[in-house]
This record gives sequence, structure tokens and C-alpha cells, in this order.
Amino acid sequence: MTAMIATLTPTSTWYLVLAAVLFGIGTVGVLVRRNPLVMFMCIELMLNAVNLSFVALAKRLGDIGGQTTVFFVMVVAAAEVVVGLGIIVAIMKRRPGATADDISVLKG
Amino acid sequence: MEFVVFVLASAMILVGAVGVIVRSHPVHAALSLILTLFGVAVLFVAQEAHFLAVVQVIVYAGAIVVLFLFVIMLLGVDRTEDITAEPFRIQRPLAAVVGVGVIGLVAASVVAARNAVALRGDGLMIAEETGDHDSNIRQLARSIFGDYVVAFEITSVLLVVAVVGTVVLTRRMRSTNDSSTDSSANSSVKGA
Repeated sequence: MTAMIATLTPTSTWYLVLAAVLFGIGTVGVLVRRNPLVMFMCIELMLNAVNLSFVALAKRLGDIGGQTTVFFVMVVAAAEVVVGLGIIVAIMKRRPGATADDISVLKG
Repeated sequence: MEFVVFVLASAMILVGAVGVIVRSHPVHAALSLILTLFGVAVLFVAQEAHFLAVVQVIVYAGAIVVLFLFVIMLLGVDRTEDITAEPFRIQRPLAAVVGVGVIGLVAASVVAARNAVALRGDGLMIAEETGDHDSNIRQLARSIFGDYVVAFEITSVLLVVAVVGTVVLTRRMRSTNDSSTDSSANSSVKGA
């Protein structure tokens, strides 16, 4: 049993499937939760799933470009969080305790 | 060994991710997010992305989650959200269908393409093979400051725009109060 585990090495397909599961969990979270902050955290989960698949494919293809892309994704994610949380703070100051259902001014 | 690391890290990732969407308290959700981010950092190390693992811990766990916790504290929204209430009856079954569909489709295509792509790039420099412990950082730096230097410069513009935009966004809310206090101060000065 232990010898079998020792010979078992995770291939990049395992990492990609794990990234798919993480992305799916993030999608469900965005669709189900109503607190804007938690929805934002779920978007971070989805970004991390994509980062994980980029890194796994960089290893598989032997190409550093995948890791470079992850670097840029992290920078953009940091900027996105700053702006997004600024918007959430601005909304919450006007309407304390607002959920995603209450912010429906643009509803057609 | 690699297998054990993978199993433990993916258990961390999945427990944290499920925690983010099922914990009703936002602070608990943020702490679950940290668990997921650390698990992803462990898998980055396992995939020879040492620099990105460090950046993941510093930027995500160190900056982004702290920012989330700051906003939770600042807004006082640390109330427990009632997640059993369901405004739209169809929403959760539909979300479950979409989630299972996304996971199923992506996983099926990944498994179907497991032998499709072969080694294409120049190969990653692996520390154990080259004997140079900084090889990953060196290779990544050559890529960022060589092939992708224009994108790197544009990134700096993006960060400046984000910072300025956030300052403007949060100042405008305060300016209504400021103008009222300013006008009262001016009038009192004029009165004097």
C-alpha cells in the first residue's frame, strides 16, 4: 500500500481537474451568496483556480510564459480588489446592510 | 511524497473553498479563503513556481484578505447572514446545475486532452536539476523584463489608476459632509 502511494505521482491533469473543481465552487458561490463581500471572495477563488491551471500548464509545456501570466493576473487581481472594495464601501455607506438584491437600480 | 503533498494541499483548498460559500459569517469566510490561498501556494511550490508561491502568500493572504477583513470591520457587516433564506426558489438548484456543469465540462475536456499537448517551450529551470536555487526567479525575471516588459510597464499605469480611482471613490462620499462643515466654517469666519 505504501509502495503504491510512493509510486503514484500527480500529473498535470490532476492539477487541472482540481482547478476545475475550485472554479466550479467559486461559480456556485457567486450565484448563491448575496453578501457582496462574499461574492467578491468567490471571484478570488475563481481567479486562483485559473492561476493554478496556468502554473500546471507551465510545468507541463515547459514554458515560463504561464508563470509570467500568473504574475500579471495577481497584479490585476490586487488592483481589482482595491477598486471593488472601494465601490462596496461606497455602496454600504449609503445603504447599510445592502445585499446584492437591494442594489437593483439598473434593473431593466 | 509528491502524492501526499498533493492530497493534503487539495484537501486544504477544497475545505477552504467550501467554507467560503457555506459559512454565514463573513469573517469565517475570509479565514477559509486564507486556507484555500495557502493550499494553492503549496501546489505552486510543487509545480516549480517558487517565486509565485511567495507572491501568493504575500499578496493574497497578506494584502488582499487583510483588505477584506478591514472592510468587514469598517462597515460593521460582521453580522451573521441568514443563508437559509432563499428569495428565489429556483436559484439554488440552478446554481448547483451550473456548478456541476462547469466542473464536469472542464474536467472532461482536461481528461480527454491529457495526452494532446507535448513539451513546447524551452523547459522550466528546475532547482534540483540546475543546482541553482534561484533558477526559477532568474527565468521568470528574464521573461517579465524581456519578452513582457511592455505589459509590465502598463501594469504600473494600471496600479496608479486603481489607487487614484479608489481615493476619488471614497473621498466623494465624504465631500458632502466636508462641504457643509466648510461652508459653516466660512460663514462663521465671515460673521466674525
